[in-house]
Amino acid sequence: MLSDYVFIGLFAIVAAIFPFAGFAVSYLVRPKRPDPVKSDVYECGMKPIGEAWVQFKVQYYLYALIFVIFDVMSVFLFPWAVAYHTLGLYALVEMCIFLGILVGGLIYAWRKGALRWV
Amino acid sequence: MAFLSDLLVNLWNWIAVQLDQFLPSWATALVMLFAAAVVIVVFLLLTVMFLTLLERKVVARIADRIGPNRVGPFGLLQPIADTLKLIIKENTEPAKADHPVFRLAPAVVATAALMPYAVIPFGRGMVGSDVNIGVLYVISISSLTVIAVLMAGWGGGNKYGVLGGMRAVAQMFSFEVPLALSIGSVALLTGSLSLVAITEAQRKLWLIVAQPIAFLVYLLCGAAEANRAPFDIPEAESELVAGYHVEYSGVRFAFFYMAEYINMFTTSAMATILFLGGWQGPFVERVPILSIAYFLAKVYGLVFLMIWVRATFPRLRIDQLLDLSWKVLLPLALMNLLVTAVVDKVAAQVRLSSTLTIGVFWGSNLVLVGVVALVLYLSYRRKRARGLNPHYQIHWH
Amino acid sequence: MLKTQTITLNLGPQHPSTHGLFRMVLTMDGETIVCLRPVFGYLHRGIEKLAETRTYLQNIPLTDRLDYICSMTNNLAYVIAVEKLAGIEVPERAEYIRVIMAEFTRVVNHLVAIGALLNDLGTFFTPMLYCLRERERILDLFEMTCGARMTCNYMRFGGVAADLPEEFVPQAREVIAGLYYWVDDLERLLTANEILLVRLQGIGVLPRELAINGSVTGPTLRASGVPYDVRKAKPYSIYDRFDFKIPTLDEGDCYARYLIRLAEIRQSLHILEQALQDLPPGEVQTKVSRLLRPPPGDAYACTESPKGELGFYLVSDGGISPYRFHVRAPTLINLTVLPDLVRGLRIPDLVAIIGSIDIVMGEIDR
Repeated sequence: MLSDYVFIGLFAIVAAIFPFAGFAVSYLVRPKRPDPVKSDVYECGMKPIGEAWVQFKVQYYLYALIFVIFDVMSVFLFPWAVAYHTLGLYALVEMCIFLGILVGGLIYAWRKGALRWV
Repeated sequence: MAFLSDLLVNLWNWIAVQLDQFLPSWATALVMLFAAAVVIVVFLLLTVMFLTLLERKVVARIADRIGPNRVGPFGLLQPIADTLKLIIKENTEPAKADHPVFRLAPAVVATAALMPYAVIPFGRGMVGSDVNIGVLYVISISSLTVIAVLMAGWGGGNKYGVLGGMRAVAQMFSFEVPLALSIGSVALLTGSLSLVAITEAQRKLWLIVAQPIAFLVYLLCGAAEANRAPFDIPEAESELVAGYHVEYSGVRFAFFYMAEYINMFTTSAMATILFLGGWQGPFVERVPILSIAYFLAKVYGLVFLMIWVRATFPRLRIDQLLDLSWKVLLPLALMNLLVTAVVDKVAAQVRLSSTLTIGVFWGSNLVLVGVVALVLYLSYRRKRARGLNPHYQIHWH
Repeated sequence: MLKTQTITLNLGPQHPSTHGLFRMVLTMDGETIVCLRPVFGYLHRGIEKLAETRTYLQNIPLTDRLDYICSMTNNLAYVIAVEKLAGIEVPERAEYIRVIMAEFTRVVNHLVAIGALLNDLGTFFTPMLYCLRERERILDLFEMTCGARMTCNYMRFGGVAADLPEEFVPQAREVIAGLYYWVDDLERLLTANEILLVRLQGIGVLPRELAINGSVTGPTLRASGVPYDVRKAKPYSIYDRFDFKIPTLDEGDCYARYLIRLAEIRQSLHILEQALQDLPPGEVQTKVSRLLRPPPGDAYACTESPKGELGFYLVSDGGISPYRFHVRAPTLINLTVLPDLVRGLRIPDLVAIIGSIDIVMGEIDR
């Protein structure tokens, strides 16, 4: 059981080393000639006007908020789905209620216009 | 003959036995695990290199061109030339960038793209690690990509990058939910989250037969997660130039490029395992080495489908994309899960035969498709009443 | 709601979908465009001033370089203006050849416009390359006739530079037949495509009044429901001899502009068939001095170029070069409505609108 995770850990290490090995090889062979124009931010060939790091539009975060709710739901959902065959009718009813509440939330967000891109 | 029929696995065991003679057993195990990880990573790298060639060739054929044909026979050495070129290219870095974030992002994206393969079964007995939460592991690792993409977009200090990163976050989050739900119905039917167990459960019948809707939802969401057309808005070249990786060049860009193709491969591999029976196929029991061929054939079939879509369709707008996810795919996947649960329980109570159960699943899926088509048609009618006319009338003067 | 800062973004000059070197300074709230300020001039070559120092004949190649996709129609508009100024007659066969070339150019332009629009929408080059493939067949015809594919320099005062080669007419018929089939094919691929519909319908609606007030011309105007086409309104050359219709649509959005181009390709093919049928034998050029000295005075000639009303205004002081040479570039004037069209839309819509207006910077900046 634990050895399964040993492999995942090893694999993660290999997967993490690999990009850095790539960087290292490239570092040895690539030219390094920075100049002020080259290290300017690309904006279609013009000097950028203003800053890119601004207080960004809130719309994107609204989706992230709704996502968090549904992602938590999927955490509950997977154990339920896996054990479904061993559970009785009770599990079905319970999950219906749970999903019903979530769908209510979705409909609420929908009606409130949180899912409408402005 | 028996050795040849399961060549790869037997070869592997043979090496392990040889090593065992002059190493302590724990060291052998460690070396073999390490070697397995390296083999998988190298395999993926080669796959990705030739996926880029495959994509260029297929897109070229669809567009009535020849595609790369200068470097090597049929352009076969083109990916190697590309890789070399990217490695020896200078890395430009904006002076205004958030340097640590900017430099770390390609490494994170490459690592996140590779990690799912620790649990993916390539063939019978050919799996890195058969953990009992394989599906959950793959889902959670692939959402790491979102963080890397946001790091890249934000770290470059570029407005196109920031816009692309923001789009990527909104898009990947939104499609993650129906994706998880469509997998939920698979978990429900097979009673497991282990990828090997899910594959084994499809020995008689592929799950796509019982779950066509879940398959479609998964494929759409997977394409969106992998930033494939028509969902490639975070890097839309005609709008945001290159989106989140606009400031990257050289080897750093190469890792973004690589990750994109690995993600496409992951999506296809997962769809194959979950719905198309993974490595299952005729004669797998007798000749296990066929299993990896079946697996790769199915995966490449789906990859081809994705390339085909990319060569054919325009891309959607971000609001339409999010609407698709939240207002069509999410309700559809939810309904599918509920219907699956109900049908499964009822079938178990009534003791239907398995063929009949499949038929009932088909029927319920058809009903679902009908309901969705009806709802879409009604909303389409409403839109039409608001002035969106599908058939423009040309007047002749 | 939290406070959102707007960002100012340069879209262009070096951007894949600005069709040349065009810069738009966008003020954006997230993805929504609050304000757009177009900046021209990155491709300015001073053609109008340059033309004042060259002879009338030497100016024909300059017009090739205005709208470099349709050099034939540019040539045509210029030579008609000079002929008007100097009172030159054109032989009948030359008029037919001019119409044939102009209509082929219209097909070429609309193909490029549709292909580029699809590219802007994010199709990975497939429709673009299909369009370019068909365009090549027409360019072969141009090459056969005048030796050049893009900058043709073919029209002359009082006719055209050279007669059609023998094999032109059969090959042109073949190309036309192929195009009829292929336009249907393109429509099957694109017109009913769901993604294309949602991306183009209701986007960038140009109301009829705004189109007229903004003096918009060409397919962009006709897509807004105004049946104005110089070929019908003020017939030049021999357009009054052909049977063709002017398509219009009432919607005025990007999709209407796309449909109008497809319809115009078919009408052009129809004109071409008639012109090839009626093509008379005879001379293709009247004798005109190479060092043309038109009498003092001025002339304005307008033609229906594929992109809109292309006019040349020439003033002569009796010398060998024009005293004033002005181009009424259709796309420059069509582009003036852009800031009104995009307000409140998003970047992808902006890209689609630019693609559907069909601009060429060579003509705008001159």
